[in-house]
This record gives sequence, structure tokens and C-alpha cells, in this order.
Amino acid sequence: MSILSVRDLEVTYATQAGPVPAVRGVSFDIDKGEVLGLAGESGCGKSTIVNAILRLLPAGAITSGEVLLNGEDVLGMKGGRLRAVRWTGASVVFQGAMHALNPVQRIGDQLAEAIVIHKLSAEKEAILRAGDLLEKVGLPPRRLRDYPHELSGGQKQRVMIAMALTCSPTVIIADEPTTALDVMVQAQVLGLLHELQHEMGLAMLFITHDLSVLVEVCDRLAIMYAGKIVEEGRSGPVFEKPAHPYTEALAAAFPAIGDPRFRKSPSGLGGDPPQPDSIPSGCSFHPRCPVAFDECPTTIPDLYEAGEGRRAACLLVPQRAQVAT
Amino acid sequence: MSEAARPEPAAPTDDPVLEVRGLHVSFAGRVGLGAGVAGKKASVSRAVDGVDLTLGRGEVLALAGESGCGKTTLARTIMGLEAPKQGEIRFMGEPLGTSTKILREYRRRVQIVFQDPTAALNPRQTIYESVAEGLRIHGVTSQDGMSEEQLVARALARSGLRPPERFYLVYPHELSGGQRQRVVIAGALVLEPEIIVADEPVSSLDASVRGEILKLLLGLRDDFGIAMLVVTHDLGLAWTIADRVAVMYLGRIVEIGPAEDVLTKPLHPYTKALLEVVPEAGGLGRPYLSGEPPDPTRIPEGCRFHPRCPEVASGAAASAGVEPKCLGEDLGLIELQPGHFAACHLAAAAKRSDKVPAG
Repeated sequence: MSILSVRDLEVTYATQAGPVPAVRGVSFDIDKGEVLGLAGESGCGKSTIVNAILRLLPAGAITSGEVLLNGEDVLGMKGGRLRAVRWTGASVVFQGAMHALNPVQRIGDQLAEAIVIHKLSAEKEAILRAGDLLEKVGLPPRRLRDYPHELSGGQKQRVMIAMALTCSPTVIIADEPTTALDVMVQAQVLGLLHELQHEMGLAMLFITHDLSVLVEVCDRLAIMYAGKIVEEGRSGPVFEKPAHPYTEALAAAFPAIGDPRFRKSPSGLGGDPPQPDSIPSGCSFHPRCPVAFDECPTTIPDLYEAGEGRRAACLLVPQRAQVAT
Repeated sequence: MSEAARPEPAAPTDDPVLEVRGLHVSFAGRVGLGAGVAGKKASVSRAVDGVDLTLGRGEVLALAGESGCGKTTLARTIMGLEAPKQGEIRFMGEPLGTSTKILREYRRRVQIVFQDPTAALNPRQTIYESVAEGLRIHGVTSQDGMSEEQLVARALARSGLRPPERFYLVYPHELSGGQRQRVVIAGALVLEPEIIVADEPVSSLDASVRGEILKLLLGLRDDFGIAMLVVTHDLGLAWTIADRVAVMYLGRIVEIGPAEDVLTKPLHPYTKALLEVVPEAGGLGRPYLSGEPPDPTRIPEGCRFHPRCPEVASGAAASAGVEPKCLGEDLGLIELQPGHFAACHLAAAAKRSDKVPAG
């Protein structure tokens, strides 16, 4: 059984200008010890999914579908059960560690808070456990007495990871965990996340726009465009042999150094990712698609089988399969 | 400074538009009142600590390094936005003066494109006003027989905003990120600069949009011979657009050369480490430098990279007999391959031992 299972998730924000669909029918599963990467650009709905999983969306957002965490539907939970599941069932490493920590509270107190609130131990033991967690993420326990401003960006992100581990969750959701960090520090943080995930058998949902990071850390990848998954499969093949033209364009933004195909020849897509309030008809990618044809503006593609464990939402995929047989 | 330190010679072209010689820029730190009374001195941050650099006509040079390495300070100093403590900047062969008139002319011919177009554009100015502002500041009312409006239209069209009239009365919030960056580029282009300094020109843009902006920048070089200094932390970007790559560490260029050589056959251990951490499939578990980005208020003795250098840590420097030099002797760039320079005792020793059997 999968640890986290999202079924037909739809999220619509109510705005003054009317309802805005941010997530338009997304399904995925994450098994124990598996890392799923969710990639996409700004406005594609990936952060909305994070918030929907733990029901952190603002009032006025309409959610439908199912989010099963260890078999239990999060969307139908009552307040008390929901509070218990947050942080013990699934926890989040938020983006922008610089702003996610309370600047006027010591690191130790912030780490202990979640432990005490979930009544996992009394305050004194909670601080001891917080010290252990800091060691786990590669910081000396004396840092418990530090305030956030005394730490560097990478150290703060380590604290955020320790915080996500406080209540021993089964799933960790990492939302752009390395985006604000320097390349060298990014490598350190990715290494740490991988180590912890491996050692503790955690399931992980990893969200970022940086496809090259996802390919490095994830078992499977799901590529999002305009509120939908347009391609999914094992990460290596998705990145190296994309089945969807959007994945191909996204992969080209992260060129392999030394590959003569990319030397002095930047490639990108014309146009911009669509705003959620004006999603194009048919295949929502068709206005930017280099291989679009007459059917694309009118037909909404399903996720078609595109090889072993691979699916892609492009009308060309079933056509190619037909030609092959 | 050791005898090995010598200035880097001219770029592959004989016709440099910009030369930087022995540039030093530092910022004074602050001390608290109590510490000041107690006689404690403010620590000085040596952000740029001896940089020699040339930029050829129509050349694209990428300046790479971690945050805090001084790459943005170097770019700002070249723009005349910071005053160097020491050293010289020469533009078209002439040393850059300090008078307002000379600086104003210089700033017309050297334009900057900032990282975040949303912050760079005035939200209450129309696109036309934003692009025309540079012309007005420099008192350009007509050029090449073209009126202000024609010049603005040409710059917008050259930046890929067509038809230009459609954008005249539009405000920045009505445009996408990629279009805003095109407006910023048009604002630079309208003054017909010789050099564009681009500070992380695509890092705030969506991944699928970046390629088009880079294509635009490369096109400007090809069509108008504009030289570009592209400041970036992204070596993949350097591979995509740069002719030469300079790698900065703690205020100094530690390696410079043709992009192919620096990125595929790096000589300096720091460049090697930077290339190791470029994410890629199956890259987990590769070596990376531990510790934090270094502190420019405390530049180590000897080779400034030695406390983090994997070659020193692994004993490779010791077995080559250069470790005492690494720890005690500061060095400048040494030409190790034609046009390819690195500031590394170990690489220099390897080159010397190569030469001995040859003659």
C-alpha cells in the first residue's frame, strides 16, 4: 500500500474575478522509501498541492478528490485528528528557510515546540531530543541556544529539516528546499536529505522547478503544466528521453556541461506559462508547443501509456504507438 | 605577492573594450559602540582583492563563483557604482576618469541588466517611459536620424517585443517575467552600448523562458558586436553562452580561459569542486566541499583556497611537495595551457614536471 496517495485532486481558488482552477485533477502515489519529484514552473499548481495535502490552503479554496495518508483521507478529517496527523504523518520542509524560522526564538525551543505540542515527551526530554536531531542533520547540539540570525542559510535549512523530523513522520514534503541556497550548500543539503531518507526509509515528495536537482534525488518524476501532470515515469528516462514536448523544453533549460548540443545554442519555448485564470483550450500547452497540430487546440489529452511505467499527456504519444505497431 | 603573480594578458582579441588591472574593492565593517570604545577595530571585507581581467570586443565572458566571492561587487565596480580602493579600469584603451562628465558618457556605453526585472522596472512607469528614460538622462533626442520614439521602437523590436507600439502604454505588471526582462534589455540597448553587464540575467525567470532570453543576448552580440560580462553561479549557463569563463573565489579570479577548457578540463581544484556539484542523474554521493562559503573579512594566508582544498586534505599537495607553498605563498594566475590560466601551486608543479622530460 502506498503511504501517500493523491486521487483526482482539484483545487479552485475563489477570487474576486471568479473561481481560478489551480490544480485540475492530479493523481499520484508514493510508496514507503520512495522519492517522487514534482516539477513545474511558477503557477503550475505544485505548491498548491503541498498545501492541499496538509490542508493548509486559505479559506475559500475549494478542494475535491482524495488525499490518503497511510490509508486515511486527510480531506475528510476532523480538526483534532488533522492536528495529530500534521507533523506526525507528514511534515513539510518549506522553501525559504530564511523566513520560516521565528527570529526571536532560540532554535532549540522551536524544535522542541512540535514535540511538546504532540505530547511526545515532556519539555526537558524534548530539548534533549532536539539536540539529537541537530546532530542528525550535521549541526552540533550547542547550536540549540542560537537564534536564527546566528546561522547561515545552509544551517537554517538543516534546522528546517531537523524540524520536519521531530515527530518521526512517514512522509516528508520538501517544497523547493534548496532554491535559495548556493550551489555548494545545495549539494550538502541534497546529500543530507538523501542520507536521512535512505536511513529512515522515509517516503518523500520533492518539489522544485529545477529538473536537474530532481533527477539527482528522485526515483520517479511527475511533470506539471497548468495544474495537471503532463508526464510521469522513472526519473532517468523522463529527463533523458522525454515523451512530452514540454518536458523536453524544461530539460533543455538544464544543459549537461560538455554536451556539444547545448554549446552556444540556448533553446527555450516562446511565450510564457499560462496564468491559472486563462488556461488555453484543448491541450493547455498547445500555444507554446513546437510540434502542435490541428487537433491540439480542441482535444484534451489523457495521460497515455508511453512505455514501461511511463505516461504522457500528448496526442502524439498514441499516434506514435500506432505507427510503431 | 609572489613572483608567480603576474597580470593576465589580453583576451584572444587584440582589441579589448574593457581592461581591469589590479582591482581592489573593500568595505569597512561596523563595530558596536561598546566594542568601539574598547578599541576594537572594524573588520574590513576585501570583496575584490586583486583582479585582472580583459573583455574583448563582442566577447561573452562568464564570471562564476559562490555567493560572497565578490562577483557582483566586481561587476558593480566595473559599472562605476563602487569606487575601487586600488587598481585601474580602462575602457577602449583609456583609463576611466572620475569626473561626472566622463562617468556619464561611460555609463551610456556600459549598460547593466539586473537579475530581477520586476525590481528593476518602475511599476508606475509605462514601458515606453522606462525605455526612453535612459535616452532622456543622457540627453539623446535623436540619433541616426531617428526620433526618440523610433529609437524606443527599434530597441523594443530588437529585444523581441513586437510590434513595439503595442507595449508603449503597458505597465510592467501586465507583462510576464520574460517580457519584463526583455524590457530591461531594451532599456540597455536603446543607448547602443559597447558592453552589457548582466548580473544573473535569467535566474529569476521560469526555466522554459530562460532559453529565449539567452538566445536574445547571444543575438545582440552577433548582430551588434556588444561585449558581455555575464555574472552567474550557474556553470550550465556559462556553457550555453560564454566564450570564456572566469571563476572567482574570495575576491580573486582563480581560473580563467576558454569555456570549453575551463568547464571540461578544469585546472583549479575549486573549479573542479564547482563542476562536481552541478546536479545530474546519479550524482548523489559525489564529493563536495564541506563548510560554509568563505568570509571575505578573513582571507586565509597562502593560497586562499587551501583550507577547503581537497588536494591539500587528501595529501596530494604534500606528496607533490607543494603543500608548504599552498599554506604560505599567495599566488596569482599562471598560464598553464595557451590562454588558460589558473592560480594553483599543484597545477603549476604538475605542469613543470611535465616539462622536465620534454626538455
